[in-house]
Amino acid sequence: MRIHTPLTDEVVASLRAGQKVLISGVIYVARDAAHKRIVEAMDAGTPLPLELQGQIIYYMGPAPAKPGQPIGSAGPTTSYRMDPYTPRLLAAGLKGMIGKGNRSQEVKDAIRKYRAVYFAATGGAGALIAKSVKKAQVIAYEDLGAEALLRLEVEDFPATVINDIYGGDAYEDGVRQYAIPD
Amino acid sequence: MREIHYDTIVEAVERLCMESNYFLGDDVIASVQRALEREESPVGREILQEILENARIAREDEVPLCQDCGYAVAFVDLGQDVHIVGGDFNEAIAEGVRRGYTKGYLRKSVVAHPYSSRVNTKDNTPPVIHVRVVPGDTLRITLAPKGGGSENMSALGMLKPADGREGVIKFVVETVRKAGANPCPPIIVGVGIGGTAEQAMLLAKRSLLREVGQPSDNPEDAALEADILTRVNKLGIGPQGLGGRITALAVQVLSQPCHIASLPVAVNIQCHSARHKEVVL
Repeated sequence: MRIHTPLTDEVVASLRAGQKVLISGVIYVARDAAHKRIVEAMDAGTPLPLELQGQIIYYMGPAPAKPGQPIGSAGPTTSYRMDPYTPRLLAAGLKGMIGKGNRSQEVKDAIRKYRAVYFAATGGAGALIAKSVKKAQVIAYEDLGAEALLRLEVEDFPATVINDIYGGDAYEDGVRQYAIPD
Repeated sequence: MREIHYDTIVEAVERLCMESNYFLGDDVIASVQRALEREESPVGREILQEILENARIAREDEVPLCQDCGYAVAFVDLGQDVHIVGGDFNEAIAEGVRRGYTKGYLRKSVVAHPYSSRVNTKDNTPPVIHVRVVPGDTLRITLAPKGGGSENMSALGMLKPADGREGVIKFVVETVRKAGANPCPPIIVGVGIGGTAEQAMLLAKRSLLREVGQPSDNPEDAALEADILTRVNKLGIGPQGLGGRITALAVQVLSQPCHIASLPVAVNIQCHSARHKEVVL
């Protein structure tokens, strides 16, 4: 299924754990340090460097772009490190996250409550994933180096729905299907 | 006494940084291909194919396999008949890392202070360097960049001697189960058993330098590797945690003597982007 950003409630409601999607449009990139700063700005009541409503945040820190390329290798980082910040962002209107790995129960609950979606991209396939990034631009926190806040334009970015608004969890489903009891 | 110059070491390390990040080892590729034959999950098979495709792109375009170009870990075997001239040996490794990560368009992933300001050092230094002095007049440097996602899933268990072999298996399997989808499965499970706490962890990491899928020379360790691999692959975690038969490509054990009171077991998980390259000077 092809989806476009910003995400509407209808699109989010149509997604189910395990489904594969191709995402096109603008997505934002933030990982540990950028999340910390965003939440600190929320606490201080200062303006945020991005409008969260309906947007997707990709947990990623790219390799530097070679000359002539929009971005270097650009695969997902492990998501649970963003868990302490995520419910705040979802409450502020964030609709999607792309990363890899399991989320906390608090995040899964917030995904249901605020009607959002968590996608995974293939970890360690950064050279392949970079092919779907058409444009990359630093929009804030440049001093953070690899952890700066970026705006990406992506075309058919491949991802899998992990957690949906119905409580579905593709990781739990997968293990249930393939685990062999001792 | 053979002399090896500072500049020679800098240049060698610079090259190792780039090559290890661009070129996935033939042993890893062969191991993923074997996994593709055994994986029953269609999603899992697609992921294994993506991993092979990613390795092809990285090799052809000379771009890093993974955006996480790792913490630079250098394993050094320094021949006792070698004399390093022209500068500080540790600084030579660091300068090689600095140049390799900068010239090679590799991501700089090191922060200067771990628990406060966390300012990026912007050149991926300092490296971690493990030196062994060995007989001979050569200098062997193995550079093993290590990504944060898999490194974060490491665990150390100071087991009771009574826990025995089964205790070791349970500890390793439980560590992999808890890691779940986080360390980018399919993984390679490095296991260090014995020594002291810090030595067990070093053994676990050193075991990852072995060719993937090649059993230990020690028959008892080789049997343990096979038993742990079977148990790990019953977990059902599968490629990228989406379910499947291949959670781990291999389990690699290194063991050594330990204290009468101890049974240290360390687990160092390696993602499928298992990068290490060596040079002998």
